[in-house]
Amino acid sequence: MNPTALVEPIKLEVNNLNLYYGEKRALNNVSMKIPEKKVTAFIGPSGCGKSTLLRCFNRMNDLVDSCRVEGQILLDGYNIYDKSVDVAELRRQIGMVFQKPNPFPKSIYENVAYGLRLQGVKSKRLLDEVVERSLKGAALWDEVKDRLHENAFGLSGGQQQRLVIARAIAIEPEVILLDEPASALDPISTLKIEELINELKNQYTIVIVTHSMQQAARVSDYTAFMYMGDLIEHDLTDTVFTNPSKKQTEDYITGRYG
Amino acid sequence: MNKLTRKNTSWFSTGSPWIWLNGGAISLCMIMVVGLLGLIAVRGFGHFWPADILQTSVVDRSGQTHIIMGEAVRDEVIPAAVARDGGYDIADDAEIITRHLFKMGNRDITGRDFVWYLDMGMKPWEYPADAVAIERREWGNFYGYPVAIKEQDQKVTELAAGDFWQQLDARLERALDLHEQVHRIEKVDIGRINRQMDDLRLERRRLELTGISAAELAVADAEFAEQRAALETQYAVVKAERDQILAQATRDKLLVRTADGKEATIGFNHIVRVTRPNTMTVPEKLGQYVERFWEFLTEEPREANTEGGIFPAIFGTITMVIVMSIMVTPLGILAAIYLREYAKQGTMLKIIRISVYNLAGVPSIVYGVFGLGFFVYILGGSIDQLFYPESLPTPTFGTPGLFWASLTLALLTLPIVIVSTEEGLARIPSTIRQGSLALGATKAETLWKVVVPLATPAMLTGLILAIARAAGEVAPLMLVGVVKLAPSLPIDGNYPYLHLDQKIMHLGFHIYDVGFQSPSVEAARPLVYATSLILVALIMVLNIAAIKIRNNLREKYRGASE
Repeated sequence: MNPTALVEPIKLEVNNLNLYYGEKRALNNVSMKIPEKKVTAFIGPSGCGKSTLLRCFNRMNDLVDSCRVEGQILLDGYNIYDKSVDVAELRRQIGMVFQKPNPFPKSIYENVAYGLRLQGVKSKRLLDEVVERSLKGAALWDEVKDRLHENAFGLSGGQQQRLVIARAIAIEPEVILLDEPASALDPISTLKIEELINELKNQYTIVIVTHSMQQAARVSDYTAFMYMGDLIEHDLTDTVFTNPSKKQTEDYITGRYG
Repeated sequence: MNKLTRKNTSWFSTGSPWIWLNGGAISLCMIMVVGLLGLIAVRGFGHFWPADILQTSVVDRSGQTHIIMGEAVRDEVIPAAVARDGGYDIADDAEIITRHLFKMGNRDITGRDFVWYLDMGMKPWEYPADAVAIERREWGNFYGYPVAIKEQDQKVTELAAGDFWQQLDARLERALDLHEQVHRIEKVDIGRINRQMDDLRLERRRLELTGISAAELAVADAEFAEQRAALETQYAVVKAERDQILAQATRDKLLVRTADGKEATIGFNHIVRVTRPNTMTVPEKLGQYVERFWEFLTEEPREANTEGGIFPAIFGTITMVIVMSIMVTPLGILAAIYLREYAKQGTMLKIIRISVYNLAGVPSIVYGVFGLGFFVYILGGSIDQLFYPESLPTPTFGTPGLFWASLTLALLTLPIVIVSTEEGLARIPSTIRQGSLALGATKAETLWKVVVPLATPAMLTGLILAIARAAGEVAPLMLVGVVKLAPSLPIDGNYPYLHLDQKIMHLGFHIYDVGFQSPSVEAARPLVYATSLILVALIMVLNIAAIKIRNNLREKYRGASE
């Protein structure tokens, strides 16, 4: 389906994934390969299953009682739906940033240090170091370095979203999932997030769900188009946007529906 | 006509009647609340103002004239026929007549404290400068004139002498000081010795119960006897000291005369306070007022709770509420967390939830009955069997007391805490939970590090409501541990400092007791208002403190739940 992707090293591999909410089937036999240290964007109309698929990667769907998954997702070749997998450990390796910024009711510092503290890190020096590095990594350091111990709710929406990204990269995951990370932000904050994504892809494999095709075109290396629970097309972003192989993709991109 | 002008709209369809109706309802509520608090405040606060002492002469039903002295309490207008039926000789043309209620004091002399006198035949009221009100430890107030001070039956000074009032003040201060000393010895030193004696007795009984041999018991007995002898020596010393002080205290006596000329002697050791309200200026009265109010808050009650202070009741109420909070908060919060976060949603959970909510509607006296039957007799009885067999048949926990009162109230307020905690947990946005889970936190970690801290304002709201409910509750407490007069406070300097088995006094019950069980209705009436005022104030203080804490937390977590 996506021949060009195969030349890259593969980080995540989805094999014949079916997902049901109760009786309703939300993903139909999806198979795809996500290359390492690249940005892969999922696009498609609302309800097409792109967020659902994203949430499969760190098993956030486990929280939904009626949700049932069939098939495999391999992270570096290991099935993350295997019985032996510790979900908490999986989520440490596959971080996630949500649509709405969701900082904890703690200081900026403690928000970033949260993941490390969970892992039992107590060393003040190490925590300081990681907090600084993560905030710099999320391009937030210069704005908050003088008020690290103030409540995170004092930050603007865009700053909160970058804080949440800093929180995610503080535990050094291998993959970062972004679920419409800029949809609640103003254009300038959106721009900053997009610049940040460009920076981050040097170190992390990034999967982003977005409603904005322009954004997908701007930030991603690969784009997957989904429709009604089916993966329609997955290819280099340039190819998808300039020369889609499927009629449905073309229709969506040119704005004929969706 | 402009097409935008309103046409044909009736007053009703404009909505104005509704606004008036709503406004009226809230005004009525406000009037009732303000009226209630105002009445309690005016009546309660007024009691401590030093009233002037008046002297006048009245005609009684047999036509004889008396000179009387006292404080005017209130007056009312009655039909003359009622007075005629009462045996008074009243002119035929009179239809109504005024009568005055006087607080005359001198219960030991006249036997009557509060007396009604008809306005008819009454001389104009005078306020003699030398008239004194003497507050006594027994028999209530004395109203009259001081005559002289005697020391060991020798007259030291007389009213006419220039130094009389200075002498009076100085000697009274000495007597109060001595009384304070005796009180301390009795409460602290003798109390301690009694407790140790009792401990020895229990220790011996405990040994006996362990079933040691007679020889061993004899050895132990010898030791006990030694310790007991030591305590008895201590007691003899303390008692000698006390007796000596008591003897000193009886040195001075005040010779007094009532308005109608009867002479009497009052020992200084029986006097609490001597005032001459008729000569006092307003600032002096204000000082006196503050002093009396302070005494009311900090002293123990006297004379079947109709005099003195209410400190043990305030202390008991606060202690009970705190012990209750300590029990109900963790229990309620843990239960709510389980119900909301872990329990499997289903029919069973629905039934449990409905049961919990319904518990809040059970009449409080039912909790009292349950507390007495289950906590006191069954639980307390078992505790006594297990841990305090040496003091049986005297019960330790098998009798109403602070712990059971607090536990009953904890049960009573448990639904309130559970419901508000659950509501608080439900309000935490799921994105916050997911944020924590996505960082590799387990459910428990997410709960304790993120969700529970965010829900603390809601938990505190529950606690505030619980405290307000518990502090004002009376009915169940009468069954499980509150008494009209507790010999000692539940917290003191004797190990284990907090005595959970002790009976306590309580403001709500105190109001009931003073208002309905007191020998003198008139004397008790102002105290009922004053005590109500303190109870309301106490609940307000507790509430305001809790609300302050909650608002601080809310401010801290502002934004998370938006």
